[in-house]
Amino acid sequence: MKIRHLLACAFVSAGAAHAQLAIEITGAGANRIPVAVTDFGGERIVSQALASVVRSDLERSGAFQLVDTTGAVPEGSVDYGNWKSRGADALVTGSTATGADGRYETRFRLFDVVKQADLGGSGYLHNTDQLRTTAHRIADFVYEKLTGERGIFSTRIAYVVKSTGRYDLRIADVDGQNSQAALTSREPIISPTWSPDGTKLAYVSFEAKKPVVYVHDLASSRRHVAANFKGSNSAPAWSPDGKKLAVVLTKDGSSQLYLVNADGSGVTRVASSPGIDTEPQFAPDGQAIYFTSDRGGSPQIYRIPVGGGDAQRITFEGSYNVTPRPAPDGRSLAYVARSGSGRFQLTLMDLATHQTQILTDSAKDESPSFAPNGRMIIYATEVGGRGVLAAVSSDGRIKHKLSVQAADVREPSWGPFVK
Amino acid sequence: MRNAAVIVAALLLAACGSQPPAPEQSPAGVEDRTPRTPADTKAVTAPPPESFDPASVAALKDPRSILSKRAIYFDYDSYVVKDDFKPQIEAHARFLVNNPKFKVLVQGNADERGSREYNLALGQKRADAVKKALQLLGAREDQIESVSLGEEKPACGEATEECWAKNRRGDILHSAAREF
Repeated sequence: MKIRHLLACAFVSAGAAHAQLAIEITGAGANRIPVAVTDFGGERIVSQALASVVRSDLERSGAFQLVDTTGAVPEGSVDYGNWKSRGADALVTGSTATGADGRYETRFRLFDVVKQADLGGSGYLHNTDQLRTTAHRIADFVYEKLTGERGIFSTRIAYVVKSTGRYDLRIADVDGQNSQAALTSREPIISPTWSPDGTKLAYVSFEAKKPVVYVHDLASSRRHVAANFKGSNSAPAWSPDGKKLAVVLTKDGSSQLYLVNADGSGVTRVASSPGIDTEPQFAPDGQAIYFTSDRGGSPQIYRIPVGGGDAQRITFEGSYNVTPRPAPDGRSLAYVARSGSGRFQLTLMDLATHQTQILTDSAKDESPSFAPNGRMIIYATEVGGRGVLAAVSSDGRIKHKLSVQAADVREPSWGPFVK
Repeated sequence: MRNAAVIVAALLLAACGSQPPAPEQSPAGVEDRTPRTPADTKAVTAPPPESFDPASVAALKDPRSILSKRAIYFDYDSYVVKDDFKPQIEAHARFLVNNPKFKVLVQGNADERGSREYNLALGQKRADAVKKALQLLGAREDQIESVSLGEEKPACGEATEECWAKNRRGDILHSAAREF
């Protein structure tokens, strides 16, 4: 993987180059669709680079099997027989030309080889900097046409890199490329989370020697305090409409759930317990909040209506179930469960049947975050004593590992779909 | 007043933990006209005779005082202050009663296992338990702020029980009240 070094922030100087995420993939989905992505015609270097990014996107998703395209030349009309004999069910072809203004114009088409049908395509004007973005959009198109679900290749992730005496809140493309620092601090940064429109991050920073919740606008790099009350302020979670944050405050005693407007105004209490209530997350319909509480004697996951009311206990197995993350379709819940042998593992519960599945074989899983299409979950774990990010498909079959050289990576948050 | 400000600065520096202790100033009321060169710093900072009150501001900086013990340790997944730490809590409470303009920040900590946010809440419970114990012994509520650092500031970095025990901790950090 080519190392790119992007200086996005005035704070970032030495030490930024090694902060690039490297991806390692294991496992693959069942019933992968065989797809051929030919080298695009036209501008040779640009079009080959484009096709190669499209291929690695599709392959990384685990939903596709790449068909060898050796010897294929750009065709005037599609030779379906040739592609069928190569074993492809689908074909992606395209070309890149240099436009009058010096930008590139890339066009692509997707074909159903089995049905011998043109599934459509699109065209993009872009410069060299937008090459990967363009390829991700092509991969999103292909993914959606062939699987019926939206692709996540254009999405971004936020995460925290801890190196000696330094914490970087970073944002990268979901393939680990184009990583940029959003905030650098000598004090811990935890719990970053994307606003539903993808323009802001809420997070907890300890720069004031205590946890304070900030909302950070990514385009302007401006931020404001969303919650800084007496005691600790933490665990921000956006409401689906992006107007409010659920937060955990200790201003009235132990850690309790509150709602606050995203600008920091209008704080109201959601729930009351004598013990710990924390890690709120809105259900996708915005009507309920999942959270962790020790009100029953051990940390377990509960759900409460946003307007208040009785909390319903969701987890019963084991003595430590934390960090609830409802899937985007609201049907399942990812969380971290401690097993009898003391392993902390990412677990998925079907909310209708309450059946659970442990998705990993690691021991220190934390901070799961769903891809916006619900297909993958990114989380933090530890390999060889070092913090890494990992992603697993919601059926447990496909696994990615994302690591940074000589530093701990943690606290991932998967951003929303890009419009 | 100037002396008080100097003490505050020194205490805040000491509270940073990773820094070496700030050079000590001569105790209040003692004139010191010798030039401050590194060579004679030791003479200047020689501990004063045992003449001061153990709950005084000076005692706060004396490594022999119980007030220099700032850490209260907790059992796994527990936020109960153990009896072993009662004398320590009593000393800090007495200091706050005798020095009503002073405040403390109690920072709660947790070991690294499990959820960061849950550990932040657990650290808060530990800080609150220390705060409550100080209040029961006469310290005013507004003299104590309890916050949590969760698992973010481990005193010990290895994945062993010995290390985890050091990280399940409440730290009492003194700073002076400002005039409002």
